[in-house]
Amino acid sequence: MGFMMAYATLADDLKELHHPKTWVGKYVWSQDHKIIAVQYMVTAIGTGLIALVLSDLFRLQIGFPGSLSFMTPELYYQFITMHGMIMVIYLLTALFLGGFGNYLIPLMLGARDMVFPFVNMMSYWVFLLAVLVLVASFFVPGGPTGAGWTLYPPQAILSGTPGHEWGIVFMLASLAIFIIAFTMGGLNYVVTVLQARTRGMTLMRMPLSVWGIFVATILALLAFPALFVGAVMMMLDRILGTSFFMPAIVSMGQHLGYSGGSPILFQHLFWFFGHPEVYIVALPAFGIVSDLLSVHARKNIFGYRMMVWAIVIIGGLSFVVWAHHMYVSGMNPYFGFLFATSTLIIAVPTAIKVYNWVLTLWRGNIHFTVPMLFAIAFIFTFINGGLTGLFLGNVSVDVPLSGTYFVVAHFHMVMGVSPILVVFGALYHWYPKITGRMYNEKLGKLHFWFTFIGTYLIYFPMHYLGFLGMPRRYYEYGQTAFIPDSAHMLNAFITVVALVVGVSQLIFFYNMIWSYFYGPKAGGNPWKATTLEWQTPDTPPAHGNWGPKLPTVYRWAYDYSVPGAPDDFIPQNVPADATSRHHRT
Amino acid sequence: MGIIRQLTEKPWLVTDRGIVEDIDESAFPSAAPTGLRVYFAVATVMFTLIAAMYLMRMGVGHPGEGLDWRSTPKPWLLWVNTAILILSSVSFERTRAAARLGQMHRVAVGLLTAGFFAFAFLAGQLIVWWQLADAGYFLTTNPANSFFYLITTLHGLHLLGGLVAWGRTTYKVWDGVEPAKVSLSVGLCASYWHFLLVVWLAFFYLLLVT
Repeated sequence: MGFMMAYATLADDLKELHHPKTWVGKYVWSQDHKIIAVQYMVTAIGTGLIALVLSDLFRLQIGFPGSLSFMTPELYYQFITMHGMIMVIYLLTALFLGGFGNYLIPLMLGARDMVFPFVNMMSYWVFLLAVLVLVASFFVPGGPTGAGWTLYPPQAILSGTPGHEWGIVFMLASLAIFIIAFTMGGLNYVVTVLQARTRGMTLMRMPLSVWGIFVATILALLAFPALFVGAVMMMLDRILGTSFFMPAIVSMGQHLGYSGGSPILFQHLFWFFGHPEVYIVALPAFGIVSDLLSVHARKNIFGYRMMVWAIVIIGGLSFVVWAHHMYVSGMNPYFGFLFATSTLIIAVPTAIKVYNWVLTLWRGNIHFTVPMLFAIAFIFTFINGGLTGLFLGNVSVDVPLSGTYFVVAHFHMVMGVSPILVVFGALYHWYPKITGRMYNEKLGKLHFWFTFIGTYLIYFPMHYLGFLGMPRRYYEYGQTAFIPDSAHMLNAFITVVALVVGVSQLIFFYNMIWSYFYGPKAGGNPWKATTLEWQTPDTPPAHGNWGPKLPTVYRWAYDYSVPGAPDDFIPQNVPADATSRHHRT
Repeated sequence: MGIIRQLTEKPWLVTDRGIVEDIDESAFPSAAPTGLRVYFAVATVMFTLIAAMYLMRMGVGHPGEGLDWRSTPKPWLLWVNTAILILSSVSFERTRAAARLGQMHRVAVGLLTAGFFAFAFLAGQLIVWWQLADAGYFLTTNPANSFFYLITTLHGLHLLGGLVAWGRTTYKVWDGVEPAKVSLSVGLCASYWHFLLVVWLAFFYLLLVT
């Protein structure tokens, strides 16, 4: 079976590639995985910019209440809802899987393209439709939904919640469309990994980036159906008046038509998707950061097999922890105990990964390049966010902290800032391959320090606010005895930093756009990396990636600083006898 | 255990494992069957979650007033529809066998038969809807009805999607495409039909016992 899989790509080699003739065919209706990847990246980052601006606007309300005359409570809720939803689904999921998955999987595995290029193209266009429906919800009567990103019924579809008229309908429709788009893409990523690897590229020779994206895609394929079912059922409750999730409700003195439904059912569906979603975002980040650390420390990744197994185990465990998001939903306490246990068990493979990253750096030849800075910063924020996860995973600790800024601090550290740092690291790492040009290193480092220190200053103080019991989601705090003046000052400080971090992202955009036109030519392998995407005959890689013959893989992806070798790296497609290798294993 | 052997190999050792230069490229499987199997996993999760919601929703209701679940009646036509769907699947299986042997005439007849039964099934399901609505069992009358309409709709939409593939395959036969390619398409359709049959049988059983 393994051998079969290893060569199956060659069957696809026989297939004629779809060669576009026109500009539109090449860059718009493209079936080339690299173009689709860039389309996904640009769309996802563009949508993420909306979410960034929204966050700065509502931060102004938190830090300086009343400073924005148009900021009504309704708008505040709409902004926090859309910020969360966009960042998690439309930015991070789409960027890691649609963007990096599309770009890296075929190139790192030595394939010419994804196995179903047409379906891959459709995936992008349906994703774009989902984004358009999402953006359209800002312009419908009543505006976008303000139900919070978890969209809990019954409030999500009842009057009193902003956007209950059309916003929620558009949101649910957009999610359903997104899931269809993702399924088309996801089938491609999984089958390409299983069947389109080049000669010699066994599963255990795959770079960890591909492992992370591969397992995350499987998680997404199995988790998104839960959100799909939840979205469809809530849509039926909202539009046709079924009572899947809606209990009997008296609203404004009127009996609504609903009866007997259970909002908890939706919470189960949502978090059966929602928790794996954390790892859908985290696993590609884990994989990519492993590769960044290894390349820029000129050292093989420590414990490669453990890293692979940890990814697989974390992926499996992520399906049995969902109810730790529901400790305060009134569920059976014994149920909570079970989920607390499974949650804490996840800490074991995750800690293995953290130790292995640190051990990879240990006595490595560390180059403080821009991608490396982001990769090391990721370790800091991820440890911080992961440790607070251990607090919140315990029922007795979670109950008082639930609904406070401690939770906001935790999830932003662990699945907001950490993956975003990897996104930036990855963009700076592969930019020379994608565009063929090198960016300005000084600007990149400036962007890094603003982003890393800035995000730490934003989210670290929130832990203190949470300990004070400061509730999240509030539009305004007014004069409340348990919130001291210092907390208000801290909020104002956080807002100022958030504005600075928001504006400092312009450095990144300026650098990326300017360098695309005027950056120096990067060459094929500027980082002296071993993986296949750096060994392409052209940079940026041409259509079909490899010229007439697919590369053959003879070794793993981490032959850095091999004793006795002439260079400090040996690419994966260099045969065993071409260079000697005396390496204690 | 190939997968265990693969996951425990020591990739840092440089070997020529996995390198064979002389291989028969035409013998490799197409990616489509794997893609379809992965899709089965996705759809299975979706349908399983709906079944879980179905069972969980049965157990909740008004506080103090007991459960509000009133089972939807099962018109006898559902049995007929089930039989028709089985026939459609059987036809596809016979078509697959014929396609393997390259008997294009039998393939054409088999495809038309299978398609006819599939359309008949969908029509039958619509009639069941009409019968239920006629008897006052509307979508919102009771959660059991809501689930019945939801499940039959999602299953029907999947079958409609399959009929698009069926249409393309039939067109290939009519267009005289080479038997090997037709055989692949027919095989994929047949697997998909069997999958939807199993899904329907599972739900039909769930409806009958609740």
